[in-house]
Amino acid sequence: MITSMDFLLWAKGPMFQIAIAIFAIGTLIRLTEIFALGRRHNYAEARGGELLPGLRTLYKRFHTDPGTLKRAPFDVVVGTLWHIGFIVVLLLFIPHVELIKSTFGIAWPALPNPIVDGITAITLFGLTAALIHRLMHPVKRFLSTGEDYLIWGLTFLVVLTGYLAYHRVINPYPLALGVHILTVEVFLILLPFTKLTHIFTSFVARWYTGASFGRKGVQS
Amino acid sequence: MSTTLSTNIGNTASQPNSQIPVQTASPFSLERGLQAWREEMDAPVASFFSSCVHCGLCAIACPFQVETGDPKYTPIYKLEPMRLLWEQEYTLWGKLKGKFGLGKQITDEMLTEWEPLLYDSCSMCGRCSMVCPVGNDIAYMIRKAREGMVASGHAPEGLIAASVRAVNTGSPMGLQWKTLEVQIKHAETSGGLTVPLDQQGADYLVLLSSMEIINFPEYLEAITKIFHHAGLSWTLSKDCFEATNAGIQIGNKDIAAKLTQRVVDAAVKLGVKNLISPECGHAYTAIRWEGPNNIGRAYPFKVFHIIEVLDQLRADGRIKTEGKEMERLSMHDPCNLARKSGVIQQQRNLMDLVADNFVDLREHGKYQWCCGAGGGVSSNERAEPLKLAAFKRKKAQIEEVEPERMVTMCATCRTQLEEGLEEFNMDIPVVGLTEMIAEHLKESD
Repeated sequence: MITSMDFLLWAKGPMFQIAIAIFAIGTLIRLTEIFALGRRHNYAEARGGELLPGLRTLYKRFHTDPGTLKRAPFDVVVGTLWHIGFIVVLLLFIPHVELIKSTFGIAWPALPNPIVDGITAITLFGLTAALIHRLMHPVKRFLSTGEDYLIWGLTFLVVLTGYLAYHRVINPYPLALGVHILTVEVFLILLPFTKLTHIFTSFVARWYTGASFGRKGVQS
Repeated sequence: MSTTLSTNIGNTASQPNSQIPVQTASPFSLERGLQAWREEMDAPVASFFSSCVHCGLCAIACPFQVETGDPKYTPIYKLEPMRLLWEQEYTLWGKLKGKFGLGKQITDEMLTEWEPLLYDSCSMCGRCSMVCPVGNDIAYMIRKAREGMVASGHAPEGLIAASVRAVNTGSPMGLQWKTLEVQIKHAETSGGLTVPLDQQGADYLVLLSSMEIINFPEYLEAITKIFHHAGLSWTLSKDCFEATNAGIQIGNKDIAAKLTQRVVDAAVKLGVKNLISPECGHAYTAIRWEGPNNIGRAYPFKVFHIIEVLDQLRADGRIKTEGKEMERLSMHDPCNLARKSGVIQQQRNLMDLVADNFVDLREHGKYQWCCGAGGGVSSNERAEPLKLAAFKRKKAQIEEVEPERMVTMCATCRTQLEEGLEEFNMDIPVVGLTEMIAEHLKESD
């Protein structure tokens, strides 16, 4: 009979290895698919550089332009909130820092648990608000595909299962933790093949756009 | 409709010297369209499609979407057929889905449905590219997507006709040299100065746009006056006067290359060092940024927009003005000049020279709103209602600052502003910046 501890060990062990491997190879394939296409040589005389404007745009798109902020404050505030929440919890929760330390050998100070707990709750709230907005907003609803809801569900489950495990809502604990880890593994496996790739490719996209505008003397 | 369209193209293409590709809607033409898209697929496009999370923020950056409220005019949605091709052929997951017969097929009907989205409701103004949170240059992809639309026989009739006229007569409006000659004579009589023609070795070759020649002939008189005042060596070419490129608007590399080559030939023949693009936003991006890539080599001369030249003359102290406009003036930045070419400060320097009460629209420069007529929309009669709808965004911007007159530096924008303001009974005249500078030149004698 498989115990909850067996399940946890499987999730933490072989399954984790498999997930990381698929994630790494998949991401490498996706990035290769992009970069292999290359860009045509540009014969027009440049007005400005590419590298620095590209990097500036890469950073600047974290700040919404005033017009968009005024027209879509909900999108900007809620979107920023849960993205930051997700990243903070991922990188600054004590067990996560420990995991990163044991895997990559690098570590940094973590946030106290009650703070991470609060941020997790805000993130879950933000994600829920984002989903409701997606379902109600005419343009968002029109654009949304099954994949959009799938990656929303995955992201939400990753955060939710972690939250439930921390609060010992599901018993036994090894089962709760195992479910959280397995959810993360599904997230990692699907990442390179869905629009979750924007986690990486949006930086590539921003650079290309910044470079192309920069070449023409416009900081985008 | 496809049949009528293809018949039209067929007829036109059978004319001698015409190099317009003949398309008829068929599985064969669909494949040709897809092939054109494959040729346009590059790393930026792949990174853009990989990154879109359907947040919909591009919708509120688009005057066509904002003013119609129709979700189908959301910029990124206009690229859905091209995105499908990318997914199916350029991603592992898409290829796997294809093997199992999953995923939507791109059909001719689909392209018919998308034709108005890619042409009638997009001026390629690039405002969406400026605000997309993941950094997608959507306008860049629209330009590419149009290549496939032309190749598959899905370009609007108005743009096909303009392209055919441009190839056959040298002007998208079918304007001939003799028409320009009349305007030249008129400018010479009215201004008392000679317009230089085919001057070998002049410093600057001046190009015009047909829209300008027909609607705003005062531009020619203005530059003649300013260049005489500044002592600039310039000329027109009888071989080629048209600066716009219908091939770029419709989305056909072959036509674009042909039209660019005519300009290059004329400039090389006269041995000029510089070329001046007229008060037209599109012409500037066409000849400045896309032209060298159309023909696959760098130019042996430099390209400037007239506003850049005037601002340089101002900086060099070669333009002396007197008197200032006292009315409350505001300015419309042509998208192609400001957001897409980085000419933003120059027109403001020039305004300072001649205007005492200038106020910018709230969102201007790289965040300005399109007038609604660019990117071929104004050559596409079918797009007329959408063009007027998109103008409402500009109208709202103008109402915010309540100017007595609007100033701009693009004949297409100017025509659209004049027509739009007229439509809404707003008594705000629109003037060209070059003419305004010419009116304030200090008499040297």
